[in-house]
Formats: sequence, C-alpha cells, structure tokens
Amino acid sequence: MFIALRDLRFARGRFALMGAVVALVALLMVLLTGLATGLADDNVSAIADLPATHLAFSAESGVKFNQSTVTADQWQALRSVPGVADAAPVGNSLFNGHVYADHAQADKARTEVLANGKATSADTAGAPAVDLALFGVEPGSFVAPVQTAGERLAAGSDGVVVSDDLARKKGVKVGDVLVLDRVGLELPVVGITRKANFGHVPVVFAPLQVWQKATFGSTRAVATFVAVRADDAFVPATADQAQRLTTVTRTAAFDGSPGYKEETGTLVMIEGFLYVIAGMLVAAFFTVWTIQRTAEIGLLKALGARTGYVVRDAIGQAAIVLVGATALGLGLGLGLGAAMPGNAPFALKPVPVLGAGALLVVMGLLGSAVSIRRIAKIDPLIALTGGNAGAR
Amino acid sequence: MSQTGAAPILEAADVRKVYRTGTQEVEALRGISLAITPGEMVMVMGPSGNGKTTMLNCLSGLDDIDGGTVHVDGDDIHEMSDAARTTHRAERMGFIFQSFNLIPVFSAAENTELPLLVTGVKPKEARDRARAMLDRVGLGNRFDHRPTELSGGEQQRVAIARALVSHPAIVWADEPTGNLDSQTAEAVLALLHEVHDEGQTLVIVTHDRGIGATGTRLVEVRDGRITYDGSPHAADLGAR
Ligand SMILES: Nc1ncnc2c1ncn2[C@@H]1O[C@H](COP(=O)(O)OP(=O)(O)O)[C@@H](O)[C@H]1O
Ligand SMILES: [Mg+2]
Repeated sequence: MFIALRDLRFARGRFALMGAVVALVALLMVLLTGLATGLADDNVSAIADLPATHLAFSAESGVKFNQSTVTADQWQALRSVPGVADAAPVGNSLFNGHVYADHAQADKARTEVLANGKATSADTAGAPAVDLALFGVEPGSFVAPVQTAGERLAAGSDGVVVSDDLARKKGVKVGDVLVLDRVGLELPVVGITRKANFGHVPVVFAPLQVWQKATFGSTRAVATFVAVRADDAFVPATADQAQRLTTVTRTAAFDGSPGYKEETGTLVMIEGFLYVIAGMLVAAFFTVWTIQRTAEIGLLKALGARTGYVVRDAIGQAAIVLVGATALGLGLGLGLGAAMPGNAPFALKPVPVLGAGALLVVMGLLGSAVSIRRIAKIDPLIALTGGNAGAR
Repeated sequence: MSQTGAAPILEAADVRKVYRTGTQEVEALRGISLAITPGEMVMVMGPSGNGKTTMLNCLSGLDDIDGGTVHVDGDDIHEMSDAARTTHRAERMGFIFQSFNLIPVFSAAENTELPLLVTGVKPKEARDRARAMLDRVGLGNRFDHRPTELSGGEQQRVAIARALVSHPAIVWADEPTGNLDSQTAEAVLALLHEVHDEGQTLVIVTHDRGIGATGTRLVEVRDGRITYDGSPHAADLGAR
C-alpha cells in the first residue's frame, strides 16, 4: 500500500474536492465527446459509412460537396486507374419535402407544387415536412444502400430508400410517398436503410437518374462526387491530373460538408482547454499538497526512503485519485448521456469516451509530476527540527 | 575507549563540518575522530551549540561533511551516491529524535513499520515486525493509537520501536528524553538500557549528567572537538 495513500483517509475533504473537480471535468468530457460524435454523425454519417476509401471531387470544387460536379467520363476513367477496385458516382443535394401515406393526397400535393411552388394542403393532409439530403446512386453499384426493410433501389424506377431516422422520427414507412417541394417529384418509399445523415438531415437514397431529375430538371450524366474503392497501389495525384479531379480519403472529405470543420474545430478546442485546465488544476493541487507534506517527506527520507520511492509513492497516490475520479465522472457522463433526448445530436462510442478518460488521467499525472522536483529537493534534515512530522 | 577485540562498526576520522549561511561560516565540527564497536552505549555530552547534533548527523550519514571520512562496515558512506547512502541509512541506522517525529495521522503500527516499507519489505511482514517491536517496547495494546492519543513517553517508545524495527547496526538518539518529564525520561532510559543489554549498539546525546554516567562510554564534545572520550565514571568532567 502506498504510504501517501494513507493520507487520503485524513485529507478526505481536500482529495474529495480535487476528485470532484476531476470527475466533473471527466463528465464534461463525456458530454463533449458525445456531442462531437453526435454532431459528426449528424453531419457526415452517410459519408463515413460509405464503403469507399476515397472520394473524388471536381478539381475546381475546393473539395466542397455543394460545389462539385463530376461527369460520367470521369467516373468511368477512374475505374481503370491502377489500384482502383471500383468507382461509383454519387449525387448529393439538399431538399425539403412532405411524406404522404395516402397516394391520392400525394398526387394532389404534386399538382399544388407544380402550380404554386408549394404543397398548400400538406398540413391539412397531416403529411410531415422533412428536410433531407437526396443521395443519387446507381442501383446495384457498391455505394447503393443495403435495405433493412422493403426493397432495394431499382434502375428505371422512382422508388427511394430512406434513412431509418425518418422512419423513427417522422413515422415514414415503406409504401409512403415523398413529394419534393419546388420540383414536385413524387418518390415512393420502397425501402428503409440504416441511419444515414448528411448536413444534419436524414438521407434519402434515390437512383442516380432520379437525383439528376430532381436537381437539374433533366437527366444529365453528372454526379456530385465519385466514391472510389482502392488499395495501396492507387495514386490519387496521377488520376487527379489526368481527370481534373481532387481525390481525398473518405475521412478527409468530411471537412467538405457544410459546417463540419467549424463544429469539430470548436469542440476540439474546448476539449483541449479542458485537458489543459485539468492538468493545471492537478498540478496546483499536488504542489500545495507536497508543501503540506514536506515534514513527512523529510522524515521518510531520514528513515531511508529514496527520492524515487517517495516520488513513486506520491504519483501512485495521484494516479489512484485520478483514476477513481475519472471513472466516476465517466460513469456519471454515460448515465447522463443515456438520459439525453433521442433527437439531440449526441452519440457515445466507447473509443472516444475511454480515450478522453485516459487522456484526462495522463494530463493529471503530468500535472502531479510538477511536484517531483519539489520532492527531490526536500532535505531529510528538516525531520530533525520541529515537532511531529507535518502537523496538519 | 572502545571495547577491545571487536572490530569497529563505524570509524570516523578527522570529520569536519562547516555551516555557511550567507557570508557567515560556522565551523561546527573541527576534526572528529571516533570509532564505535558493537555493543557499546556511547553517551555524548557537551554544552549546547557545541556540535553534538551535527556530529550525530554527519556520522550517521544524514548530513554531508566537509572533510575527513566516515567508514561503516568498511565502506566510506560519504563516497556513496545520495541514493545509496539513503538505503544504507535505512538498513544500518536507526534514529530517535528529541521531538519524536512521528507522523501524526498514522497509527503507532503504521509509524513503526515505515523504515521497513521504504526499503521494500512486504506490507504484511512489515506490519508483523512493527507489532512485535511495539510489543517489545511495552505498547502491545496501542497498535492503532495515533500519536495525539499517546502520552509523550508512549510516543517516544513508538519512536524507539521505529528505530529498532529494521535491526540497525547503530541507533542514534539526539536528546531522546529532552522533551519528557524526569519520571518518563527514566522509564525511556530504562528501555534504552534493556535494548542495549540485548546487544544493540547505541549513541545517545544527552545533557543530563545522570544519564551520561549510565553508558559504557562517555564522549564530550566542545567547540566541535572531542575533549573527552573514555569511562563515564573516572572522568574529570569539570564544572558543567
Ligand atoms: N543548519 C545549520 N546552519 C547553520 N549553522 C548551524 C546549523 N546547525 C547547527 N549550526 C551551528 O553549528 C553549531 C553546532 O550546532 P549543534 O550541532 O546543533 O550543537 P548541539 O547539538 O551541540 O547543541 C552551532 O553553532 C549551531 O549554531
Ligand atoms: Mg543538539
């Protein structure tokens, strides 16, 4: 047992106070990572879950989803580039629409949209309004969604496969009809796929030609980007030069989603500050604590404790307090996270949560390490002056 | 003089110590030579401020020296690294301080086992040995008492148990009865004599002539030098 640990019994209040702050920081970390993961999911889960290694954007797009247009020539050329196993076009645009269970209502709404630009009877028909990201993919291509209910996408059909999110939050089911505002397209829901989000709205997968019609009013042989499945032999720069593309890895493409960089950047900065604050807090605590223990440490040295022993003892004590407090904070955070309302952008994944906890402990240990020099400098002779060691 | 025959445990030769505080220099030890053989109970006397404590600290390895040598079991302890000297101190030296220097938040048993724990003795074994030693000094029913729950005499017994628990070659005691009333002091002295009778080598600083006369040997320190070293009875110790 650590000698310093015995102090915990008698300085409970002080350690509880520091532990509570560390636990609160840990709790905040859980909430922040949950928010970060949730926001990221909300923003780019459809991209993150694409079975692609790279995404190719048009060269002049600046790798922004809303500025990129690629042509059939380009994605066909990509298929024969060395290292590329497959390449498939994906169209991507944001739409508003309403979902109708009743087909007659849907037909009526379509007429209204085409006549005055909006579905005037949507509210009376009880059709929920939905914001959505329309993803156009070639049916049967490797990026086509895998349905969890209903049918898959079919060429030559207007049938769409919607994110599970729409089913859960808006009650959309197979057999409903989605009518897009402005363009008045009627898209029957033929299948449900697992949760897929883009730009904080749920994704609706449609055959590429349907997406083209919705986006351009006609079927032009273009898409937003090319999803590429490639191995190590793939040299993006070569293909980019030849095809006037900018190819990035799938994860690098996240930054091209509107707002993604800003959101994650802000959260990462807040987390960074929290780590630094936690480290400084623990450093301040252990500095004061070491000063209070000076007489005791001097005595231990007089009795034959090497500096290394005293340091290990003190760091061990810090580690126990830090691990305990962090575990407590993580536990509370997970509990609070579980109680989050379902529509909040919040998702807890084990790796970021445990990673945050570990980093917090490491920062705390670094903080406690600032007292090492102080411990090393304590002279055993101070044990000989004054009374019992470390009256406190 | 030292008992004839046995080889000395400790041999100090011409030990010098200078304290420097700012521009001032105090020559606390001006050439101390002393050999301590097993089984001795050396009483160190002398006027206050003449270097008794300094001598104890320098000979036991608690403090550095500015000249001379101190050999323990043939090893020059001031040639050792700090860490090595610390471990050597843990294994070979026991300390009893005037003001007890117990850790107030630790129980008697926890205080007593410290010298064992810091040298890596297993906690269970350390605790058993600490309890046996507390038993030995008459505190068998005080294991879990904290210093504040013990009388001065009992606290000093805990300190004695702590000094003895690692079976040191030499126990150094700097005015161990200085903070005790005369009755308690006598009881503590009696305990130190018992320990000596069991074979423990001790060096005790005292300014009580009565106590000084009870050792096997008397050393007088004046002005940083040994001015008398011999029988505690025959000496002409002058007016003090
Ligand atoms: N840490 C120190 N710094 C400076 N001077 C000291 C220190 N310790 C002791 N001295 C001086 O050294 C001399 C001897 O002191 P000390 O060994 O404590 O004497 P004693 O124990 O015989 O009373 C005294 O003059 C004292 O003032
Ligand atoms: Mg003294």
